[in-house]
Amino acid sequence: MTTGTVTEEFKELDSVVVRFSGDSGDGMQLTGTQFTNASAIAGNDISTFPDFPAEIRAPAGTLAGVSGFQVNLSSHEIFTPGDSTDVLVAMNPAALAANLPDLKDDCILIVNEDAFSRANLKKAGFAENPLEDGSLERFRVFSIGLTNLNRLALEDIEGLTQKEIDRTKNFFALGLICWMYDRPAEPTLEWINKKFGKSPQLVEANTRALKAGLHFGETTETFQLRFRIKAAKLKDGIYRKITGNEALAMGLVTAGKLADKPIFYGSYPITPASDILHNLAALRHFGVRTFQAEDEIAAMGATVGAAFGGAFAVTASSGPGVALKSEALNLGLALELPMVLIDVQRGGPSTGLPTKTEQSDLLMALFGRNGEAPLPVLAACSPGDCFNTAIEAFRFAVRASCPVMLLSDGYLGNSSEPWQIPDPSKMEPIKVEHPTQVEGEEFLPYARDPETGGRPWAIPGTKGLEHRVGGLGKAPLTGNVSYRPEHHQQMIQDRQAKIDKLTDIIPDQTVRGPESGDLLVMGWGSTYGAIRAAVSRCQAEGYSVASTQLRYICPLPKNLEELMGRYKKVLIPEMNCGQLAFYLRGKLGVEVESLQQVTGRPFKIETIQEAIRELIGKGA
Amino acid sequence: MTSATQNGTAKLTRKDFASDQDVRWCPGCGDYAILAQMQKMLPELDLPKENIVFVSGIGCSSRFPYYMNTYGIHSIHGRAPTLASGLKLANPDLKVFVITGDGDALSIGGNHLMHVLRRNIDVTVVLFNNRIYGLTKGQFSPTSLTGHVTKSSPLGSIEQPLNPLSVALAAEATFVARSIDVETKHLQETLLAAAQHKGASFVEVLQNCNIFNDGAWHHVTKKENKHNLLFLEAGKALRFGEENEKQLKVEGLGLSVVEGSEKDELIFDPTEPSGALAYALSRMTFPEFPVPVGIFRQVKKPTYEQGMESQVQQAQKKKGQGELLDLYLSSDIWKVGGDGKVPEDREALKKEICG
Ligand code: SF4
Repeated sequence: MTTGTVTEEFKELDSVVVRFSGDSGDGMQLTGTQFTNASAIAGNDISTFPDFPAEIRAPAGTLAGVSGFQVNLSSHEIFTPGDSTDVLVAMNPAALAANLPDLKDDCILIVNEDAFSRANLKKAGFAENPLEDGSLERFRVFSIGLTNLNRLALEDIEGLTQKEIDRTKNFFALGLICWMYDRPAEPTLEWINKKFGKSPQLVEANTRALKAGLHFGETTETFQLRFRIKAAKLKDGIYRKITGNEALAMGLVTAGKLADKPIFYGSYPITPASDILHNLAALRHFGVRTFQAEDEIAAMGATVGAAFGGAFAVTASSGPGVALKSEALNLGLALELPMVLIDVQRGGPSTGLPTKTEQSDLLMALFGRNGEAPLPVLAACSPGDCFNTAIEAFRFAVRASCPVMLLSDGYLGNSSEPWQIPDPSKMEPIKVEHPTQVEGEEFLPYARDPETGGRPWAIPGTKGLEHRVGGLGKAPLTGNVSYRPEHHQQMIQDRQAKIDKLTDIIPDQTVRGPESGDLLVMGWGSTYGAIRAAVSRCQAEGYSVASTQLRYICPLPKNLEELMGRYKKVLIPEMNCGQLAFYLRGKLGVEVESLQQVTGRPFKIETIQEAIRELIGKGA
Repeated sequence: MTSATQNGTAKLTRKDFASDQDVRWCPGCGDYAILAQMQKMLPELDLPKENIVFVSGIGCSSRFPYYMNTYGIHSIHGRAPTLASGLKLANPDLKVFVITGDGDALSIGGNHLMHVLRRNIDVTVVLFNNRIYGLTKGQFSPTSLTGHVTKSSPLGSIEQPLNPLSVALAAEATFVARSIDVETKHLQETLLAAAQHKGASFVEVLQNCNIFNDGAWHHVTKKENKHNLLFLEAGKALRFGEENEKQLKVEGLGLSVVEGSEKDELIFDPTEPSGALAYALSRMTFPEFPVPVGIFRQVKKPTYEQGMESQVQQAQKKKGQGELLDLYLSSDIWKVGGDGKVPEDREALKKEICG
């Protein structure tokens, strides 16, 4: 085993992937977040990937209970949290076991040896102690008695239980890593003061644990290696870190402001979408009305009701919830009212993998309703992009007077990246018109705007425009109940036509790379980062390959078919069993290659790179 | 003739509330009477027509909004309370009615009914109880009596019926009442009181479906059976019978019927906070007991919308009207470019972002 053999003071690194891993009670999400914040403030580009179990507290020490937080820090622009790990902090044997397959060969491994008891080893499935049997030889292992060192550091603080003391050991680990990567302690110290301000003992305990970790790195001989990652050259500006769910919440509020409309958010708690509710619930001063409904159905029903009332109404859920919403969503579609439904997708079917990511709701979003029920489907491609997509979803909804489906996923929802703070005054307002009574003219609630195909959004409280809407078949113009064959045909065509007319405002699809060539790699949603990175690496290797990410899935950009035709092949990587590929084959009659992954985890860059090499190799 | 209202506009009449659509219930259906009383009652509310919305689910009763010349939504089965909730939160100034039936409200929509009442959202729920599924042509409903023979229960229903008023009371509704389609005056007054109540009000209307369940309420609607009705009135004794000779008395944990003198009278008060007597009254079943109609419960509690609006106001008072830039900046921030230092001063920072 090689320990502490590096002698340089600071080694410059381009980028590093650090993963904190422990029991779900060990505070690994917090540790990772603090380290990320410190790195973001130090100017690195960052991309994070929290990976936690669905159980709140799975039995301690078991594989099922392992909670991890991976962050990629870089001195250049990065698009994913990284394929494999350079540094692993493992708080117990289970954390080590769970992460072994993802570790690079010379990975720095910091393990809490105090947790490597016989019982814990057994729970993690180790027959022998890997710290002693030589099985970790290809790594740089630092075996440290974190628990005991931390107890010593905190021993004279009065009024703390052993449990409270041990709960701070994650900050010891954080301190150590901050020392190794020359990260400032201040942001974390500030956070500690804010969080535990009411309890001086806890402030003292956590501060001391953090500092003990820093000092341990500094004073012991164990670590002679320290690293620096230069600040990344991001565009000039003021930045913050943002997760997809935060970005959605801020985007929705922004959309409301841009239209001068209050946001109504009806929702039922569900992983991984609940954070949107939490974020919005704190924004009453923005006029945001959050309504925690009795179930998913009610959340959708209330959203339809609020839309009828004239609010910017939105609901969000994940697959199982979206399935329940289908009926009331379809009512919203038949009433032709603007509203937004966000699906933060997770692994399915049924309850599936609540905390893991997947893109398997695409076909449900497109087709999961009874009858002919088209609606626009948009997909956000990065945490920051969730912000723009939320605003655009409302633009579409108002224009086409219909519900819009916005697809995100668990990975986008929880991952974070730097986000340049935009200037709200430069954003284009969303124009909303509510009709008023025209003397001597009959109000026709289903009269269509010739340009958009949308219908007037007449809201209760408007004198003279009293009208009834409903889920039954309707006559054009009046919207009165009608079962006449020609009326039904007409209404279905009209509802399709206004969706199709959205292509008038959808920009042409563009590519990154050559305008034509051997291969186009096309993705949608959160595969963006991995695809972009894989394609640019392959371009550097000399392959004729371009990448593109679809934001508008329904309707598709006008030029898409022509664009796809410029490449010999089109590859579609998806975290599902080929749903976009299936859709495009049917819609455009084109042939595409499908790269499918349903592991509950995002694509690795390497996986897509391999697929590109293989396809072009075969074709060439 | 039109009379002036408080705000000086011409008072609306029943006709103003009738839409141009043909009413399509079966001839003789009790729904006609309810529609008529609603249209007669609404002018009494002295509200502009455009501020009134009828929301319904699915079923015979749920066609109601189409016949009202107000705003309206004919929604989906059982979900009307959810739409009404969202609507009220979007615009608390509206007067919102939910029109529903025994199947719509108590079967497929049971959950939503319970929660709209529990939250005390200011909507008036009118449940037409005909103890049958009419629109789907005659299956037993959650209020059908055990043993009821229908197409879907040819050997008799083996289910226990729900009592809509007990459900509403248990769900913490702040206004609970019952009336009957044919008791037109009583119905109109009850609807008016419900509509004027601030908070969730619930009215069960015993309604005859003359096609699939004719006579379900004959024990109280036939002229010769009126003595089976007990009219609840605030501050009055709980008396009924042909000569008003019978009255209710508390016995053990429930009620019993006695023919007693005035000094033992049990005086009814719908504002009594516990609602215990109201609940006991709702549990009474015919023929052991009379059928009580009128207002069972009428208490004041803050509405959900009031709570929401006051939270919005409080938050704005405390934090000011939300500014987008503050929202974006509500996290650790850093600067790329220039001297790399985030300006401490808010204005300088704003300039940095907005130029
Ligand atoms: S089926 Fe019954 S409830 Fe329905 S309209 Fe006919 S009579 Fe009325």
